[in-house]
Amino acid sequence: MDILSILADSTRSAIGPVAAIYAVAAIGLNLHFGYTGLLNFGQVGFMLVGAYGVGISVAVFDLPLSVGVLMGLACAVVLALLLGIPTLRLREDYLAITTIAAAEVLRLLYRAEFADPLTSSVYGLQNLAGDFRALNPFDASRFYTLGPLSYNGNHLWVLVVTWSLVLLLAGLTWLLMHSPWGRVIKGIREDEEAVRSLGKNVFAYKMQVLVLGGLIGALAGAILAVYQASIAPDQFKPQVTFFLWVILLLGGAGRVFGPVLGSMAFWFLMTFTDGVLKGFGAMGWLPFLSGPDYGALQLAFAGLMLVVLIVFRPQGLIGDRKEMLVNVK
Amino acid sequence: MRTRLVTVLLALITAILVIPGPAATADEQGGEALHGQISHPDDRDQGVEGIGITVFQEDDEIGASETDPDGLWEVELPGPGGYRVVVDQESIPSEFAVRETSLVVDGEAEVEVEADDRRPLIIALVPAGGDADAGSPSPLEGESEGSGAESDAPADDESIAVGDSGGSFGERLAQLTVSGVLFGLVIAVSAIGLSLIFGTTKLINFSHGDMVTFGAMMAMLFSTGASGMGNALLAIFAGLGGAILLGVFAEGRMPWTGLIVTQWVSIFAGLVLATLLGVLGDSVGWQLPLWAATVVAVLMGAVLGGSMERYVWRPLRHRNVAMIQMFIVSIGLALILRHVILVLFGARRERYAGFQIQDLVEIGPVSLPPRDLVVMGVALVVLVGVACLLQFTRIGKAMRAVSDNRDLAESSGIDVDRVTLYVWGLGGALASLGGVLFGLNQVVDYEMGFRLLLLMFAAVILGGLGTAYGAMVGGLAVGLVAVLSTLWFPSQLMQAWALALMILMLLVRPQGLLGRRERVG
Repeated sequence: MDILSILADSTRSAIGPVAAIYAVAAIGLNLHFGYTGLLNFGQVGFMLVGAYGVGISVAVFDLPLSVGVLMGLACAVVLALLLGIPTLRLREDYLAITTIAAAEVLRLLYRAEFADPLTSSVYGLQNLAGDFRALNPFDASRFYTLGPLSYNGNHLWVLVVTWSLVLLLAGLTWLLMHSPWGRVIKGIREDEEAVRSLGKNVFAYKMQVLVLGGLIGALAGAILAVYQASIAPDQFKPQVTFFLWVILLLGGAGRVFGPVLGSMAFWFLMTFTDGVLKGFGAMGWLPFLSGPDYGALQLAFAGLMLVVLIVFRPQGLIGDRKEMLVNVK
Repeated sequence: MRTRLVTVLLALITAILVIPGPAATADEQGGEALHGQISHPDDRDQGVEGIGITVFQEDDEIGASETDPDGLWEVELPGPGGYRVVVDQESIPSEFAVRETSLVVDGEAEVEVEADDRRPLIIALVPAGGDADAGSPSPLEGESEGSGAESDAPADDESIAVGDSGGSFGERLAQLTVSGVLFGLVIAVSAIGLSLIFGTTKLINFSHGDMVTFGAMMAMLFSTGASGMGNALLAIFAGLGGAILLGVFAEGRMPWTGLIVTQWVSIFAGLVLATLLGVLGDSVGWQLPLWAATVVAVLMGAVLGGSMERYVWRPLRHRNVAMIQMFIVSIGLALILRHVILVLFGARRERYAGFQIQDLVEIGPVSLPPRDLVVMGVALVVLVGVACLLQFTRIGKAMRAVSDNRDLAESSGIDVDRVTLYVWGLGGALASLGGVLFGLNQVVDYEMGFRLLLLMFAAVILGGLGTAYGAMVGGLAVGLVAVLSTLWFPSQLMQAWALALMILMLLVRPQGLLGRRERVG
């Protein structure tokens, strides 16, 4: 087992496009949970409509990429309204149940056979990255070297776009949360009744946050579609949402850079454990496990991380413990 | 504290960025390639082996590949450019054909590959001799049902199979009503625990679906022959069960330290025994008939529920962990449970052997295999039993009291922690039983519980969160609506209808059918 190459791989995945895409989706979730206290267990549903907005527009109707992204965002607004209107007036657990169910039902719908003309059901859509690559200012066949890392033009372009989006959205979060609107939002997290007694329309504020976070989730889905150039419904299984929760709690909920740091740390850990497990497997130390089991073990590990983090360190790496413990009753 | 952590982390990241420099560049030059996975049309988890794929540039053959047992293939390319991919029609098993898409025409695809692009290419198989429509199990196709051989009916691996016979609308209505009631009873049995647990602890147990899977898997394990792993699991659960029973019966009658010590001794004895039996492996093999395996599974489910309460939830409650965080813990537990089951039992989709091909029993316009009658009978008996337990026994009354108002129950002298433990035990047992019944009716795989969980949520919200009778009524209603919707709509929409029903209920009457109105928001 080559520990150095495992570390190198882990680092590369920590600063890779997937980590950036998860960071974007987690920024949306941070708006929901970290700042407002909304329990959204279906963020992957927003990613799915965002990705398929691009996928269907580009692959089926031959529309330009920008139209696809707009379609995805529009779908996310509709989804957020559908989820929010019945549940946001009620206790927080209703939103949790509805979102987790809706995300999975959406996946089942998109992979169903009757949706085949639009979504190609389980086979997924492909050829989605043409417009994106046409915009590439870098030379696709040239290698660009940054210190120890070296990327070709396409890869570098994806990296630049995803990480600038992360920074942009983190900046947006910072601005929002330091505005009067943001103070109301945080007030809702701390004490909803108090905010209501000040004459604020709590329902409307929660709805705005749900839509905004959902839009960011859809944006993450859209870049995922562009980055991979192909999408399939089974990428959007519920564990994606749970990864996002681990990312958020690992980094620190209610912090601007919490999701970003969390995503980097999470993907570092995931790739690292994967490499170590495979290394052990190759050395014959794990005779009772076969290839696919490693992935399952990793998911179980993610679950364990979720439990341990929320119980022992709810503020994550850079959060504020007091902020995360406000609603202890 | 915070700054220190960040510093350490940043230092670590910088260190790693700097050290493995040469290694990092080495892997980056992957070159161009085309790759993909060809899977079995009936079961996406299975690959099809031995399909030949050849890549041409102009008319020169660049490379060829054959799919491995997982269906994976990859062809390395010399450089960027346009390529023609040809699937070897001879190598495709005769029951399949290559699926026509805009990209893949007649088994050939033209692809552009850019520099350093490892491009995925989707090549999929469909059952041969059919166009796209033939794959969908249309409700009018009833021929396969005649012999009761349902095992080959639905090709879709994620939807819930609905028994359906041909014939007039009236006959199908009757048939589907019965399968709806059957499905509703299964949902009701599994969902009671979810609702009672919510009632007593205000916790939504997202891992309930995986407790259902656990029950079905255990029954599968012990009915098909338990050896090393079955014995070891049994030993662990016996140890845990012993510890919990000790806690329940000996609390207050034994010195406290003695109790704790005996409990941990019991747990460790279980673990040691498990290791021993695991090492012995397959030399201690045995097998039970399905009904006995179900009993074992239900007992183990009760222990699972009880030990989750005793060793996870009770400590968390005593630490005053907030409810939102408890939800996240239950999601984490669900992930752990589901994937440990996946590691132990694999992703195979199985059915309980010996109950597949049965002669149908005709009752009026409805024909059912006997196993469905048994499932219905068991579910009904269990539901009535649980209702009697809740209505007439002391512990049942205590459960309803705690469920109604935890503080009031505590102040009137009910041992709330003990009642909660019983509720978890009951919930776990019922979830396990629901899993076996669901598995008898459908297939057993590691995600079956999660699929049922969505319907259970709809059921408990429809009936009213926290009420046991509400879960029964809601379960029946959701089962009926979901199955009857297949009369008019594709069966993949079943869950969507259940969700729609739930959202409608939240709009009209958020407390559910049987819930009491309370001020929310």
